[in-house]
Amino acid sequence: MSTVLNRWRSVHLGTTTIVYAALVGIVGLGALVVSIEGGNLLSGANIVDLLTRSSLLGFIAIGQTLVILCRSLDLSVGYVMALSSLVAATTMAGDVSRIPIAVAAALGVSAVIGFLNGVVITKLKVNAFIATLGMGLIIKGYLDTQYAGPAGDVPQAFQAFGYTRIGPIPLSTVVLFVLAAAGIWFLHRTRTGHHMYAVGGDAEVARMSGVRTDRTVIIAHILCALAAGVAGLLIASRFGTGSALVYDDGYDLESIAAVVLGGTYLLGGRGGIGGTIGGVLILATLDSVFNILGVDPFIKDVLRGVIIIAAVAVYARRSLVGKVSRRRFTDDAHPPDLDTVEHGSDNRQEGRA
Amino acid sequence: MNTTLLSMTGIDKSFLGVQVLDGIDLTVEAGEVHALVGENGAGKSTLMKILAGVHEADAGTIELDGKPVAFTHPLQAQQAGVSTVFQEFNLLPDRTVAENVYLGREPRRRGAVDTRRMIVDTESLLADLGVEGLSARRRVRSLSIAQQQIVEIVKAMSYDARVISMDEPTAALAGREVALLYDLVERLKQRGVAVLYVSHRLKEIFDLCDRVTVLKDGKLAATGATADITPDELVRSMVGRPMSSFFPDKLPATTVGDVRLAIHGGGNDQLDSIDLTVHAGEIVGLAGLQGSGRTEIAHALFGVAPFTRGTVEVDGRPVRLRSPRQAVRNGLALVTEDRKTEGLALNQSIGANARMALDAVRPGASRARARRIPQTLSSLELVSRGLNQEVRFLSGGNQQKVVLTKWLVTEPGVMVMDEPTRGIDVGAKHAVYTLMRELAAAGMAILLISSELTEVIGMADRLVVMRDGRIGGRLRAGELAPDTGEAEVMALATGSTATEEAP
Amino acid sequence: MSNTSRLRAVTDRLFSGSATVFVLLALIVVALTVLNPSFLSPGPLMLFVKKAAPLILLAIGQYFVIVSGEFDLSVGSLVGAQVVIAALLIDGVESATWPVMLVMFAGGAIVGVVNGLATTILKVPSIITTLGTMLVLYGAIRWLTGGAPTGALSEQFRQLGRHGIDNVPLIGQVPWALIIVIVAGVAAVFLMRSAWGRTLITIGDNERAATFAGARVWQVKTTAFVLSSLMATAAGILIGGYAGVTAQVGQGLEFTAITAVVLGGVVLGGGRGWVVAAMAGALTVETLFRLFNQLSLPSTIRPTAQGLIIIAAVAYAAVDRARRQRTPRHSDVATS
Repeated sequence: MSTVLNRWRSVHLGTTTIVYAALVGIVGLGALVVSIEGGNLLSGANIVDLLTRSSLLGFIAIGQTLVILCRSLDLSVGYVMALSSLVAATTMAGDVSRIPIAVAAALGVSAVIGFLNGVVITKLKVNAFIATLGMGLIIKGYLDTQYAGPAGDVPQAFQAFGYTRIGPIPLSTVVLFVLAAAGIWFLHRTRTGHHMYAVGGDAEVARMSGVRTDRTVIIAHILCALAAGVAGLLIASRFGTGSALVYDDGYDLESIAAVVLGGTYLLGGRGGIGGTIGGVLILATLDSVFNILGVDPFIKDVLRGVIIIAAVAVYARRSLVGKVSRRRFTDDAHPPDLDTVEHGSDNRQEGRA
Repeated sequence: MNTTLLSMTGIDKSFLGVQVLDGIDLTVEAGEVHALVGENGAGKSTLMKILAGVHEADAGTIELDGKPVAFTHPLQAQQAGVSTVFQEFNLLPDRTVAENVYLGREPRRRGAVDTRRMIVDTESLLADLGVEGLSARRRVRSLSIAQQQIVEIVKAMSYDARVISMDEPTAALAGREVALLYDLVERLKQRGVAVLYVSHRLKEIFDLCDRVTVLKDGKLAATGATADITPDELVRSMVGRPMSSFFPDKLPATTVGDVRLAIHGGGNDQLDSIDLTVHAGEIVGLAGLQGSGRTEIAHALFGVAPFTRGTVEVDGRPVRLRSPRQAVRNGLALVTEDRKTEGLALNQSIGANARMALDAVRPGASRARARRIPQTLSSLELVSRGLNQEVRFLSGGNQQKVVLTKWLVTEPGVMVMDEPTRGIDVGAKHAVYTLMRELAAAGMAILLISSELTEVIGMADRLVVMRDGRIGGRLRAGELAPDTGEAEVMALATGSTATEEAP
Repeated sequence: MSNTSRLRAVTDRLFSGSATVFVLLALIVVALTVLNPSFLSPGPLMLFVKKAAPLILLAIGQYFVIVSGEFDLSVGSLVGAQVVIAALLIDGVESATWPVMLVMFAGGAIVGVVNGLATTILKVPSIITTLGTMLVLYGAIRWLTGGAPTGALSEQFRQLGRHGIDNVPLIGQVPWALIIVIVAGVAAVFLMRSAWGRTLITIGDNERAATFAGARVWQVKTTAFVLSSLMATAAGILIGGYAGVTAQVGQGLEFTAITAVVLGGVVLGGGRGWVVAAMAGALTVETLFRLFNQLSLPSTIRPTAQGLIIIAAVAYAAVDRARRQRTPRHSDVATS
């Protein structure tokens, strides 16, 4: 039995490891290509640009990871982000003393939307795709009606969130990593975190074990919306105002792409935030490289699309390979000694799983 | 000793007016292994599910330690100390052993999940049960079926279970793994746990169990100590008739004709040196332990996991079978082991399911041949509300009749049937057996794969016994003595005798 | 099948998953007629048909994909790309109309093949595959237009979206769009009653069982993606003719089309749903927009109303379905 165990261990190379190996590869390759063109991808300015680029998508993707782990998804994140930026900016109205209440209001509104998403999905049994799409439309209508253009006024003190740097690292990136660490801790060290994997893996098994599945999904949606709310705060601090139009920037689908690129299984139960951050950094690195090289935006989009599909195809292939049962006989060599061969009932796993 | 731990009295249960359980009494003592036997459809599963809190009884009482209990949710039963290990495991493949065992009640320290304690506790539970070589950190996906079953039992023990019921725990296990389970049950017994053991295998019942309760058609047929009953008596009380008369006789018109299916030296990474022929009009039984390569032969023939060595001939023509589609086109049909995941589209109508293979492979001939569907279904005595009824609303037996119709209308020359009577009621079983006889008489070649030895012995003309991916031996069914036949087949399957090659 | 059982098959369908959409459609039409009695008179009705036709075509295409268990997010960008490319290639030259249309359909088919093969052979979830093609197509639009589309459509091209057969008694004009929708709808119904259609639904319900029955899953699903892309191309031709060429054409249409199909009771995840109900879903969405017009609802608030109604309708259908499943309609017991 122990030989089998070792064999399985060698097969089980973490997906997160692969994501970061890919990231290192892409950074290396990008740096090489950029240096051939006479630039330096790893220069201070470019790194800052790369990290700044990642933080917005990063916040949203962290939240998206939680809902995808629960076998749900959230297409309203872009709208929540826009709404949060407006709520924050208009509540602040240029007054430093109103910053705390503005932040609380923005996050509070986001949480309520997340709660509603979760309730509609779990209690009214509306498919998450439709529920969050509908919620997005509802918010869009409100935003379009209430805010024709930028609104509110963010005091300088809060704009620091968007522009301060600690050494070469933007403050927003620090916040992103803190939030990511908190998210990883949450998934590994809280019951709710464990239950998110359970609900996404098999809701029925989770229910049979006493997990309150609906509550778990609702919490995931609240946290997802909160993460989008934080992204909204970042928007407000960078623009100095709230902006309704950011919902058009496609963050909903891009965050899903980042999550999947980070190795999280789209149907839930497998993956994590560490991988997602890797996925976000891969996308940001690609963007940076394309920008420095002045790649035509058309080619840029094509390359991005192709890379996302290719990466996911690689993961898909890996999970297929992982399922193949042990070999009992080989075509060319002599069949292995029967004594070392386990009774092969593993191959039944696939049918059961 | 001999304290009654669990007693169920006068349990009634009916589904939609059909009485499934009728006044069942059952007592289980601490430290006892109690077998619950009966044919499929006798009500064993329902009784287990009532005990597990999945269903609620219509009438009757359940007492645990003399106190009446009523479980409305599986969790309540578990917390009260009654755990059930179902055939379909309740495990998350992507989580570790420890995470699965403590799912829903992860130990916490200062608010956070104490992962270290979770692992330590799980490993000590494993050690208590004498399980070696199974780390609590491994993902369930990487475990064998036997190991997954151990995880289920460990999970039950972690609730401090005093009663554990197991639904056919050996159904998916290979020989050595069965021994492991025996040890485990023995240890549970020593710890004073009561084990309710549902099984079809007579050997296990007499090896392992102290007492046995027999259910038949929802009623209590017999109960007593295993020492006081012979296997023959047990079988008779299960079926209410001698075993032999259950299988219909070969039809007089049946003649064994030319070879319809021939495998020469077939092999892939699970199989080796498979030589097998099936003639027209013949039923060849494929026996062997679970995992010995029976289903693998079906999958190799059907191109799911094709042969990479050797040749296959159908009606004398060499054929390449690299996909199910090629297999169907060459006149093969496969009644799969798992009806619900491989045989049927449950949300579709009976009609759509019956046309599935025709639509997929011969759309041109589909319309004409589909006209025969109603007739075929009614000749199999399908009970339904019409062709538009969705198959998920049918019973297991009626679902199987739809699967059979799906293949019959393609007019196959070779029919591979993998566990064709699993999970179906007695009446449907009989219908399947009768159909097999008729098909053989009409010149079809049938390869019957089954883990029920009485079934292969009762139905097949010849038996091929698999062992570790190779053919372990061949037998002629007619030459087997009724009482020792099963033992002979088992001997070949486990390799415990040197019997080789019957003529 | 006897006539009565066929009748029952149709009524079963009407009163199962897809009942909601027909009731909703009827309610909106009644509301529209009360507010504007002339809505059902030929002129305004035919105008409405021209406006609604593209979404119905998209819904038919999306239906094929959804019922097989997949998504097609690329259709909106495909509509946009097709219109922009058509304008670029035709550039106002009448004689170029038909050859360019052929090129458009060929291009659409290629997009569908790519979507289908990446999903089936490379096993990439279709939501990601079609998101990828969407990125590529939007990139193409930006590249080709640089922000403002160039070229122009020909008069002949615009005919299909704008005009029809004139001087028909009683009705006045039968729009080409109506004819195209009817032909596509009837073809879709027949397709779904064919062996291919039944196999498609079976695959959406249980891909493994379909494989074991000998179905070529990759081929059937890829065909569904190709049909979706071809429908998007046809929709693009109608939209281009009706609304003209801008760089924004088609944006967000994929979500509207999926909404329409789901509103029609087609279950995301596959295996359940009726193509006629999907078309009715599209019609419902369009009547809803028309109702908003009638009520002079500010255009900005419309998404809110749309979102509320979609969630409410789908929730109603879902809760209704859950209720139905708790009270089984069968007589025999499924104990095992």
